[in-house]
Amino acid sequence: MLFVESVGRATHALAGQISQTSSLLAQTLYWLVVGPFRKKPVSRKSVFAQTVFSGWDSLAIVFFTDFFIGMVLAMQSAYQLEQLGATLYVAALVGVSMAREIGPVLTALVVAGRVGAAITAELATMKVTEQVEALQTLSLNPVRYLVAPRFMALLLMVPCLTLLGDLIGMFGGFVIGTTSLGLPPGLYIDTTFEFLTAKDVLTGLLKSAVFAMLIALIACQQGLAAEGGAEGVGRATTRSVVTSFIMIIVADALLTAFFYMAG
Amino acid sequence: MTAPREPVISVKSLVKTFGGRRVLDGVTLDIHRGETFVIMGGSGCGKSTFLRHLIGAIRPDSGEVWMFGQDIAKASEDSMDEIRKKFGMLFQSGALFDSMTVGENVALPLREHTKLDDSVIQIMVKMKLELVGLRGFEHLMPSQLSGGMKKRVGLARAIALDPAIIFYDEPTAGLDPIMTGVVDKLTIDLTKRLGLTSVVVTHDMNSVFRIADRIVMFHQGRIRQIGTPDEIRKSKDPIVQQFITGEAEGPIAHQGEDYLDHLTKGF
Repeated sequence: MLFVESVGRATHALAGQISQTSSLLAQTLYWLVVGPFRKKPVSRKSVFAQTVFSGWDSLAIVFFTDFFIGMVLAMQSAYQLEQLGATLYVAALVGVSMAREIGPVLTALVVAGRVGAAITAELATMKVTEQVEALQTLSLNPVRYLVAPRFMALLLMVPCLTLLGDLIGMFGGFVIGTTSLGLPPGLYIDTTFEFLTAKDVLTGLLKSAVFAMLIALIACQQGLAAEGGAEGVGRATTRSVVTSFIMIIVADALLTAFFYMAG
Repeated sequence: MTAPREPVISVKSLVKTFGGRRVLDGVTLDIHRGETFVIMGGSGCGKSTFLRHLIGAIRPDSGEVWMFGQDIAKASEDSMDEIRKKFGMLFQSGALFDSMTVGENVALPLREHTKLDDSVIQIMVKMKLELVGLRGFEHLMPSQLSGGMKKRVGLARAIALDPAIIFYDEPTAGLDPIMTGVVDKLTIDLTKRLGLTSVVVTHDMNSVFRIADRIVMFHQGRIRQIGTPDEIRKSKDPIVQQFITGEAEGPIAHQGEDYLDHLTKGF
């Protein structure tokens, strides 16, 4: 009974999250697409500020995690491939899995933890200190003013970070491949490019764009829904990060299945 | 006091229910042009909910709120945005945007809603800050200000677009007596000097009698009494008397016998 109840509650929460997120997506797209024609554009200045914050400031941590995961990937696959005498294919495996899977997902998770959490904490603080209501009273729509610039910035920056992260991850694999595995550098690079196709990279970037939208929408939605002082801000931030993580993984599974079936 | 004047806000039979509880139970009243109208009452009496209806933050279950020739209970979001430019609101905490300087806070509505040149906006910001007695504060961040200063900046921002009405939510809550006096004097000055209508929600009794032209007392979601400060002061209603004198004992039950039951239940 308890199990059924908790499954029911989780499903209800998921359905609620999906409906709120899609409603926020509709409003955000309205302001980004229709807004400029109604002489109510989204401020370019705040898009720029958010771009710097979510993109540039995330570079170091994305590089760091992707570099090490690339190394781990190389070592882990070498452990298996050595038994088949196919150590050379470490290059192919690292390249393809960084581009299609690990790069987009890991980058999205890092951004959700760093940028998503910060967005939720900021908007939630604004909400509980009446700043969001103050915006409304000044006839400034919170979606146009707060959500749209953050959405735009993440949509631009997460794919860029992913692309750089892919490269750094492959470099991590290259470092392991050419040192401890003793593969010739030229051969390693050739093998990577032999197996890695443009489609792999594009698939990964498409995924990362979807993740970016999820992070932005969930973070903003949780922030604007916050209630109850400092404790409410903390709760919203935790919920934002946890929800983003789950949704990124779920979306990844769905997209991977889709691309697999679409060939 | 004065002959009946033209209402700027007209509320008719306003009803709002939250979770089965009637927070507002048929409120009807008029607020006149140029007056300082004070809404008072204890916690949970519905006064804050009432204010939030006036600024269009929530919509009623039934009833009408007429302002600038429109029923804002039914206005579309777009026309509501037009109406919102004609009134200002001072929030309890000031609600300044933390990421902007004092000057940018005051300039924001001007930047977003007018086509004024930046140099003109800078001058207007200085004028608005001068009005609230904060000359030369435009480069400070909100975190560097005291509670009373934040409220005054909030007030400068609220009057940036020269509104016809200003709403005040507990303007003196959390201020020391001197700062309370300063904010009260500002409220009176702005109302008289700029010809505004002020609507103030408060439970600070000293403030109420200092600033009010008319007072309404809310009790359990209904209007208990409405009148001039003199009429309220001389009220024979024990509930009103208890509230303005601040007696713990009286008809406004705070605990009583239920409390004893509540404490001993379950033994």
